[in-house]
Amino acid sequence: MSVDITSRVLPGIGVCHELALHEGRHIGIVIRRTGQRDFVVYDEEGDGAAAGVTLTADEAIAVAEVLAAPRVVFPSPVEGLIVEQLPVPADSPFARRPLGDTHARTRTGASIVAVLRQGTALPSPTPEFVLHANDLVVTVGTRAAIDQVARILDGSAE
Amino acid sequence: MNAGHGATNVAVLLIELGAILFALGLLGRLARRFRIPVIPLYLLGGLAFGQGGVLELSASEEFVRIAADIGVILLLVMLGLEYSASELRASLRTQAPIGVLDGLLNAVPGVLIALIAGWGGVAAVALGGITWVSSSGVIAKMLGDSGRLANHETPTILGVLVIEDVAMALYLPLLTALLAGGGAGKVVLAVVIAVVAVGSVIVVATRFGRHVTQLVAAQDNESLLLGVLGLTLLVAGLAERLHVSAAVGAFLVGIAVSGSVAETAAEVLAPLRDVFAAVFFVAFGLSTNPHTLPAVLPLALLLAALTAGTKMATGYLAARRAGVRRRGRWRAAVTLVPRGEFSVVVAALAVSAGAETKLGPTAACYVLITILLGAAAYRWPDHLQPEQTATP
Repeated sequence: MSVDITSRVLPGIGVCHELALHEGRHIGIVIRRTGQRDFVVYDEEGDGAAAGVTLTADEAIAVAEVLAAPRVVFPSPVEGLIVEQLPVPADSPFARRPLGDTHARTRTGASIVAVLRQGTALPSPTPEFVLHANDLVVTVGTRAAIDQVARILDGSAE
Repeated sequence: MNAGHGATNVAVLLIELGAILFALGLLGRLARRFRIPVIPLYLLGGLAFGQGGVLELSASEEFVRIAADIGVILLLVMLGLEYSASELRASLRTQAPIGVLDGLLNAVPGVLIALIAGWGGVAAVALGGITWVSSSGVIAKMLGDSGRLANHETPTILGVLVIEDVAMALYLPLLTALLAGGGAGKVVLAVVIAVVAVGSVIVVATRFGRHVTQLVAAQDNESLLLGVLGLTLLVAGLAERLHVSAAVGAFLVGIAVSGSVAETAAEVLAPLRDVFAAVFFVAFGLSTNPHTLPAVLPLALLLAALTAGTKMATGYLAARRAGVRRRGRWRAAVTLVPRGEFSVVVAALAVSAGAETKLGPTAACYVLITILLGAAAYRWPDHLQPEQTATP
């Protein structure tokens, strides 16, 4: 889907890019020569900023990385627990079978909090949720538990 | 002069200079605290010291005068560094009619009032320059600090500032020649030189900017600083020799240097500019006797009220021309009101050349009033009702 971007030169300061969002509102990003970025949301009238923040160069890069990440990345919620995206291989015994059939939680203690399918996050899957080949299963647990879930998914467990 | 005398002189110079800079530092913090531009405070600081003030300077007077001259040159070279030649060309192309309107609406009241006050033709041209140009420094800072950079009226506001800065590159040589008392021939010559210089620098910088830039390009910041500063002072001095005004020479050097070298040069020159420009504003305050202010206050108020109005008309019309709606037009209108560094540069030039003595105090009052007026009105358009838009 194409994105509607208008750019304006700000002599002496930098460049302003304005994006017309799908939902109707406009946002603006000013790239200053100093490296700072201004991020604003335009008001209803459309000419002025209703709200905005100024980001340092480092903050802008961090925001860009978060926005551009192809998959949902979870920060580690609790120390000792890790979050990992485990693939469902094409030859997995659980491809086209409900998630509940894996008994992952009872067998390993790890929790499956979301499934990523073609870049879309499907949060909180129920036991009836049917896994597909090439899904990414977002799993929270200890290192050992997550490794165990990975083995279940690729069929090498037991 | 014996060694002892010299040492005392140096001691007094250091003490005076130290006191001035320290006081400026405090004023800067004060300005930040109250979110107002720092220029009015520097001017007031200068008024408080010096001739007729609480403390007269002795040993540092000469140094302060030279530092002030360097301050003007650094202000102008930084201005040139901030604009690329292509930005100048684009602004000139798209905003030329607004530039003409801006000049007519804002310079003419100054000229007329000086003539009515009986100050004579040269002082009238100077006062026209003082009321004409808005403050790039004050306005760019206010826009950046208030989150309005992305607004639709902002390119228009900056466009007006760019046009004014280019116009100044032609106006200052005219004024310099007039102040030097040359005949019509010399005045025309100075303006012709300026037009040719500005035109060719813009062309050269867009076509061959890389070669000019290579003159000063250096791997380390220290060499770059010295190279840019040296080239700037050199060209400024030559320009002054040709009666084209040192400030214009510096501005043109800033425009000619381009690309990443310009960015680094601006970075390394910025602290130097901060010091010397501050001294420049103080020096102007120093040279103005505060006892002369009350007498010119009514005139300065009249001038400020009149040209705040004409400047608002300029901003409003410029923004309307760019297709900006009602609130944005009013934002452009009030944002352009503050006058600043250029008005002080013009006044300082005129005063040092011995033009009308009231010009100095009038300009000081005028700049203070317009900046305070502009800062006070800045947020006002936010309270206006938004225009009804056709979009669902």
